Amino acid sequence: MAPRAVQIIAGAALAAFVIAPLAAVWAKAGPAVRFGPAEWAALRFTLLQAALSAALSVLLAIPLARALARSRFWGRDVTIMLLGAPFILPVIVAVLGLIAIFGQNGLLNDGLRALGFEPLSIYGLQGVLLAHVFFNLPLATRMILLGWMSLPSERIRLGQSLGLGAMARFYLIEWPMIRRILPSAFAVIFVICLSSFAVALTLGGGPKATTIELAIYQAFRFEFDFATAALLGLVQLFLSVSAAGVALWLAGHDRLGIGLDRPAPAALRPLSERCIDAGVILGAMLFLILPLALLFIKGAAGVPDLGAPVWFAALRSLALALGATLLCLCFALPLATRWGELIATLGIAVSPLVLGTGLFLIVRPYVNPFDVALGVTLCVNALMSLPFALRILRPEVQAVEQNFSHLSAALGLGAWGWFRWVMLPRLRRPLGFAAGLTAALSMGDLGVIALFGDAERATLPLKLYQLMGSYRMDQAAAAAVLLLALSLGLFWLFDRVGRYGAQD
Amino acid sequence: MKNLTFAAGLLTASAALADTPVLTVYAPDYFASEWGPGPSIEAAFEASCDCDLQFKTGDVLGRIILEGTRTDADAVIGLNTDITKKARETGLFAPHGQDVAKLTLPLDWTDEVFLPFNYSHTAFIYNTESLPNAPQSFDELLAADDSLSLVIQDPRSSISGLALVLWVKSVYGDRAESVWEQLAPKILTVTKGWSESYGLFTDGEADMVLSYTTSPAYHIVAEGDLTKKAAIFPEGHYFMVELAAKIAGTDNPELADAFLAFILTDTFQNLIPTGNWSLPAALPVPEWPEAFQELPLPEKVLFYSEDEAADLRAETIEEWRRALSK
Repeated sequence: MAPRAVQIIAGAALAAFVIAPLAAVWAKAGPAVRFGPAEWAALRFTLLQAALSAALSVLLAIPLARALARSRFWGRDVTIMLLGAPFILPVIVAVLGLIAIFGQNGLLNDGLRALGFEPLSIYGLQGVLLAHVFFNLPLATRMILLGWMSLPSERIRLGQSLGLGAMARFYLIEWPMIRRILPSAFAVIFVICLSSFAVALTLGGGPKATTIELAIYQAFRFEFDFATAALLGLVQLFLSVSAAGVALWLAGHDRLGIGLDRPAPAALRPLSERCIDAGVILGAMLFLILPLALLFIKGAAGVPDLGAPVWFAALRSLALALGATLLCLCFALPLATRWGELIATLGIAVSPLVLGTGLFLIVRPYVNPFDVALGVTLCVNALMSLPFALRILRPEVQAVEQNFSHLSAALGLGAWGWFRWVMLPRLRRPLGFAAGLTAALSMGDLGVIALFGDAERATLPLKLYQLMGSYRMDQAAAAAVLLLALSLGLFWLFDRVGRYGAQD
Repeated sequence: MKNLTFAAGLLTASAALADTPVLTVYAPDYFASEWGPGPSIEAAFEASCDCDLQFKTGDVLGRIILEGTRTDADAVIGLNTDITKKARETGLFAPHGQDVAKLTLPLDWTDEVFLPFNYSHTAFIYNTESLPNAPQSFDELLAADDSLSLVIQDPRSSISGLALVLWVKSVYGDRAESVWEQLAPKILTVTKGWSESYGLFTDGEADMVLSYTTSPAYHIVAEGDLTKKAAIFPEGHYFMVELAAKIAGTDNPELADAFLAFILTDTFQNLIPTGNWSLPAALPVPEWPEAFQELPLPEKVLFYSEDEAADLRAETIEEWRRALSK
């Protein structure tokens, strides 16, 4: 789509932004490197939980995306948006929400005790998986749902007129699309879970649930052992890039061909099918929205009493989120290729701690890191959202190229005309979604501001942590509600703009 | 128009500031945030020094080590004893030069580099309403029914978590690992930092939380809530002290000295209890706020020197990890 030179420059800039900090930390390192039994145990657990979390998330996302794609009901758009909420929450907030449902004294165990059953414990591998599915099921669902939306309605009609049964329809029409999207969805969730730390430890119930990220944190913050931190960062990078590479290799092209861009008709479906879909959607809503609803109830009353510094931090976070979104999309459009997707995985492949420390070392000789804290945070937020933006955009960009390039060549459309009249109208929906996701992620991310930030540059998530750190748990709950509302608001706005005028 | 006036005011203010010397002090985030003692300390010091005190937040020692001799800091505040050995070895800190006779700590302090400004002790906090029969000693805690639930912090990522493993070591010595095995079934979960643990406790998820003997003071003073109590154990409690120090290569040695001297004044010390929810390091008990005077505090205070703690650290963390991984 974009000229090759732009693609190469964007890709190289991106790779440099990740590799250089890692190298800077490595250069600072002494010779000794520790990789003992504790580190091996952490590596094993990290891989196990990441693989299981990713597998569960994508497997559960298939029926949910399918149900959402096929059902038409009042409030469907809002439901789809709310189902995306867990992904964009700061982890500590989401964990408290999950515990309100699944904890020792959560709603679930209260219910079980009332019915005379033994309470269930969330703490252990099951808790880690539960939380990771809670965070990532929304992402997987949205990625797969986009695939469903992109199925040419002509194929679906043809299937209907041929009287295909459920099995045949799945195998002939839906499976090729799923095969194209699934490996990529799996890989991105696997990579996210590789750097999980606070969630894995808290819900894992103790040191059995130690991940590599914890070992990095320990090496950095406590032992000032940069060699070990850099080595562990490299291990994370290697695992992430391998996963992304395998995913690219597995993801085939589908051969469903081109349609007329019209929405699929809502066919009359058997009652049993509709009941199953309704059940799936209802179950997912309970699982994904109830914890957030409890958080909301707990904190909403305190929002008006939040002081001016919190509101200023919220404004700062909003500006940061919009800037990061713009930067992310500028990189995402030229990089919407298979190679671009692989390179972009780097953005979430390196521990934020390594990235932040490396950037600190790089900028330090030239400027005061505090002065550029917000700029650096903006860049890192854009970088960390890029893999998600690309996974949303790339399949659509490629589908458009595959289907329309002959036509536009025949019409002699120039690069601008191609972008304006062919590409952009078909990218509205994924662009809106990608922008919304980036803005919301950036809003909720504590990120590297925690390494550089001071009082005048604090973001809303940082304020939230400061409130928790000074006993003000109620105000922290209110700040969480504000954060949740702003993130969802941004997400809704962009998503809405993307869908405005799209035929749906 | 109003905005313009405001902006003009800001510009004049910053122009005026350009002439006054700036004292840069690295501090932890919680210390310098508007909910910590930082802002009031800044105002009080600036009233006397004709200077601009700026707190820069983040990982204090980590940044000093990365920056080395080129650091902008003139002084640091908020170090803990678990990293003073590493800090001392960098050679980047200068003697504080203050008279430690003013200190009112429960133990002797002779360190010439690191100056204490407040202290507390590790303790398990509980709610008297939901746990009326809380264990009254460490032995009782070990013998308690396994349905008693504790949340603690990870010694690999949290200072209070590290203090806990040293606490257990100093009470039980060679038996520490079997003590951890006894505690394991009661430990509901382990969190990365103090905030997550305390959040779980206030949400009612666990019966007791690892925190500080001074934690109940926040609930009493700020919330009028008398139900949060620290369980005081006769075996003793581990001493946690926060320290300040002067950077050897500072461009503002006189200002840095003035700041360290300010730390031991009554003005600074009076800002500590309800600012940092901790005990002042140089203020006699009768001058503490009433809620702090009435706090139950341990009679026996346990503490390892930085060399002992450094030697024990890897071993105690590994004992903890092994026992809790079973």
